[in-house]
Amino acid sequence: MIMNERIIGQVKRINGPVIEVMGITDAEMFELVWVGREHLIGELIKLDKDSAVIQVYEDTTGIAPYDPVYGAGMQLSVELGPGMVGTIYDGIQRPLETIREISDIYIQRGISVPSLNRGKKWHFVPTVKEGDTVFGGMVLGTVRETENVLHKILVPPKDHGILESLVSEGDYTVEDVIAVLRMKDSQQKTLFLMQRWPIRVQRPTKKRLAMDIPLITGQRVIDTLFPVAKGGTVCIPGGFGTGKTMTQQALAKWCDADIIIYIGCGERGNEITDVLTEFPKLVDPRSGRSLMERTILIANTSNMPVSAREASIYTGITMAEYFRDQGYHVAVMADSTSRWAEALRELSGRMEEMPAEEGFPAYLPTRVAEFYERAGSMETLSSDQGSVTIIGAVSPPGGDFSEPVTQHTKRFIRCFWALDRNLANARHYPAISWLESYSEYLGDIESWWSEQVGQEWLADRTEIMELLHKEVRLQQVVKLVGPDALPDSQRFVLEVCTLFKNAFLQQNAYDKIDTFSTIQKQAKMLHIIVTYSRRGSEAIRKGATLIKLRKMKVYQDIAKMKFTIHNEDLSGLDKIEARLERSMDQLEALHV
Amino acid sequence: MSETKDKSLLSGREYIGVDKIEGALVFVSKTHPVGYRELIECIDREGNPRLGIVLESSTNFVVAQIFEGTSGLTLPGTRIRFSGKPLMISISKDMLGRVFNGLGQPIDGGPAQRSDIELNVNGMAINPTAREYPRDFIQTGISVIDGMNTLIRGQKLPIFSGNGLPHNELAAQIARQAKIRGTNTEFAVVFAAMGVKHDIAQFFIRSFEESGVLENVALFLSLADDPSIERLITPRTALTLAEYLAFHEDMHVLVILTDMTNYCESLREISTIRGEIPSRKGYPGYLYSDLAELYERSGMIKGYQGSITLLPILTMPNDDISHPVPDLTGYITEGQIVFEREMDGRGIYPPIAGLPSLSRLMKDGIGEGMTRDDHPHLASQLFAAYSYVKDVRNLASVIGEEELTPLDHNYLEFGKEFEQRFVSQLKDEERSIEQTLDLGWEVLRTLPVEELHRITDEEIEKYYGR
Ligand SMILES: Nc1ncnc2c1ncn2[C@@H]1O[C@H](COP(=O)(O)OP(=O)(O)O)[C@@H](O)[C@H]1O
Ligand SMILES: [Mg+2]
Repeated sequence: MIMNERIIGQVKRINGPVIEVMGITDAEMFELVWVGREHLIGELIKLDKDSAVIQVYEDTTGIAPYDPVYGAGMQLSVELGPGMVGTIYDGIQRPLETIREISDIYIQRGISVPSLNRGKKWHFVPTVKEGDTVFGGMVLGTVRETENVLHKILVPPKDHGILESLVSEGDYTVEDVIAVLRMKDSQQKTLFLMQRWPIRVQRPTKKRLAMDIPLITGQRVIDTLFPVAKGGTVCIPGGFGTGKTMTQQALAKWCDADIIIYIGCGERGNEITDVLTEFPKLVDPRSGRSLMERTILIANTSNMPVSAREASIYTGITMAEYFRDQGYHVAVMADSTSRWAEALRELSGRMEEMPAEEGFPAYLPTRVAEFYERAGSMETLSSDQGSVTIIGAVSPPGGDFSEPVTQHTKRFIRCFWALDRNLANARHYPAISWLESYSEYLGDIESWWSEQVGQEWLADRTEIMELLHKEVRLQQVVKLVGPDALPDSQRFVLEVCTLFKNAFLQQNAYDKIDTFSTIQKQAKMLHIIVTYSRRGSEAIRKGATLIKLRKMKVYQDIAKMKFTIHNEDLSGLDKIEARLERSMDQLEALHV
Repeated sequence: MSETKDKSLLSGREYIGVDKIEGALVFVSKTHPVGYRELIECIDREGNPRLGIVLESSTNFVVAQIFEGTSGLTLPGTRIRFSGKPLMISISKDMLGRVFNGLGQPIDGGPAQRSDIELNVNGMAINPTAREYPRDFIQTGISVIDGMNTLIRGQKLPIFSGNGLPHNELAAQIARQAKIRGTNTEFAVVFAAMGVKHDIAQFFIRSFEESGVLENVALFLSLADDPSIERLITPRTALTLAEYLAFHEDMHVLVILTDMTNYCESLREISTIRGEIPSRKGYPGYLYSDLAELYERSGMIKGYQGSITLLPILTMPNDDISHPVPDLTGYITEGQIVFEREMDGRGIYPPIAGLPSLSRLMKDGIGEGMTRDDHPHLASQLFAAYSYVKDVRNLASVIGEEELTPLDHNYLEFGKEFEQRFVSQLKDEERSIEQTLDLGWEVLRTLPVEELHRITDEEIEKYYGR
């Protein structure tokens, strides 16, 4: 694990985070480099004869021409091994807590700290034995990293051979040799609890699998109307203040992934602090343990160097792939991918590349595609199953979705949660538009839902979506001639939609009960509202009036059921349903 | 020159003559290796030094921007001295009660600043693990802020205004009335003016004077007739003092920056001269990062007593909230107070638009033990009802008020009450949070109880029924 530091050239020109280097003799693309005597961390991103361009991940103030540039002899990589879970890293995987011990409240430059704690010992339990033939991706043993996460120690993807030696069960640091591998060419290779992987390279898998299980988020508008599959890709675009971060955080808290990688890319410092203070206190509903025990945070806030913002996305996705390779379901939240794209734009501009739309480089779509391609449900090298789901926020300038980042992202994702400014202004949260959003996963996962909650779910969902679309047409009429012009049957449709929006779609992230709904609660709530709609229209057909329907006492129960019924005890919903049926029976009895 | 020389030996070296002057930029060739963002002195023929910093450095030439402008400089007659270090300013608590230019040099006739503490004006990124999440409610005495867009100590909350709207009055009122109830900590105001007129600076000075706090205020003025480039450094200087006061002197600091639109225009000017590829409306692609570097300097820090609350003011060109300046600001700040010209026209002060305004930090600073138990739901209900008012008004404008349902008439009534009694108040009127919340319930009573979906039965019992 020794890096071969050597001088590879000298600074020629400094333009913000972009530095031109001259006198290059040997250097490789994407090599990790250090600049100047402060050893600022950078990455080599362009090679041309004896000159090169590097992007520096720290503030370059004071760097001058002729300053030395050192090469590390390896590509910019992340360290993968026990100790990642529960940690907060910056965009190039430096642990921020450790940095704070060294440099207090501000992040000083040139700090070099290992990503994984070198001194900490982990209890390793081997699951193979000496003499076994092992291959890349195979599990050598396990380490219980947190109560929630059993960290599987894998043979690095490209290695393969016979285990010449293997340590016995015991406590080891990430740098202790745990195994020696005799490879095909009879070379020896030592293995550790940790391995490195270059961030810009996708980790290999055996094959892609179908995505037919939803990622359950506990957010009703998502799970019921626009579900995402495990391994899927989602884009959440929205102007400022429409709820991108809140949605991402709600998912990070409540979705049923095994590992959460939350990337704060060019956003607010306080939002990261919020996660850091809140998550340890929140209990994972599935494991009963602190949410932090399955979460890794990557924070490259808006005031940190722009170039590290560009790298943070890759740092995060590489960690996600590593846990996927252990057979876990990983969810990656990237807030916001627009800041990443803007970092690309800024670096590209400083390198004087030809811009395409709105100053973004022509390779923007390729980069976006490459990133989302790293999601998926996979058969791992060790024939296990794991997935990486990517949920990327997009911050369109002026909230206008026709801009390049939203448009290009849309081409490569299959689930679109469009945040609507008008809904957000009306404090209808989550402000996910039911008209503009879509999910291409519905067909793949509907049978899973039916198995879990019963056949009627799909019919209920279809019915409510039809009503929501019908409402749009009816509203157009109302806007021209007023509501009185509509017959009661049609005004009742408006009524049902209002109820559905208030009682079901709106979900208050700050309310203890409402913040998360199980699929059973969601299905039941949906069914109650659809029943109200079906039986109500029937009653109106038989002559009941709209006023009567609205004044039903059970209406208020339905309107507030999301706050009053706990996930753990849904019997209250059965009671509401029974009361609803009874009230409708009574109403109809008046009109036979 | 083939190897790195000791930079400190070469710093202080002076070059006579520059190669090119364009706008606020000077180009010098054949220098020693000059550090990126290094401070320079540019000395004109009369021997007056002007400060600048290096924007780009290479083996062939150096580009520097001169804060005091380049007017009157000549190619052969200009001398450049490189300092070998970034722009630092000398800081002390004695700066309170004084007036400075954008570079921190006194302009009130008083003595020059003397202090052992020299700080880099660019500041440094705060480690997010060192931050303390802000939660303390600041009572501004203004109902629409306290009740619906609560200001929290350590928050960055801009005012999105337009030309001729009373943003200065509101900022001054906030500065006068802001208090944390039940505490009595030392506070300071740091005020930075960029490209605004003299009378606006005077207005603030008078207002601070009248409330007797002037000795707790430091002013940094880079006014409309000062070189536009100086505006780029002004907020940095101001924030450097604010950081010192907050995190070395344990003070609670309110920073007012006005007008950030002028700051952004200066940034665009420099970017255009340098021939950079623009993003929207000619503004540079790094406008977001540049603003974030400023705004993220606010907040609270674990283990430190002080705080920086940031109140930037900006005028939206053409009242357009999607213009890059307000848009990028909104993406960085923790909410926004948005002014509406139409409300101002109807004589409502403060003309704060109910719906687009937002305080992102209010959630943790309100409710039981902080303001009052009913606050969160009351605020949410007011927002929801007011947003329906807007729909009803639109409908009424098409089909006529007579055609509206009785319920919709209730909403129109609510809208009127809300704007005239809850939002509207006098420029020196200070309402306690209890008064604000009670007023909120009063206006809600124009609506039937079935409409209050966001309020619990207990709250209805306790507050609505009274
Ligand atoms: N599900 C929700 N429940 C309650 N409040 C919400 C919800 N979503 C958004 N909000 C409100 O909207 C504000 C802005 O949301 P945020 O996610 O920070 O927006 P964005 O990231 O799009 O700028 C939050 O501070 C909060 O007040
Ligand atoms: Mg956000």
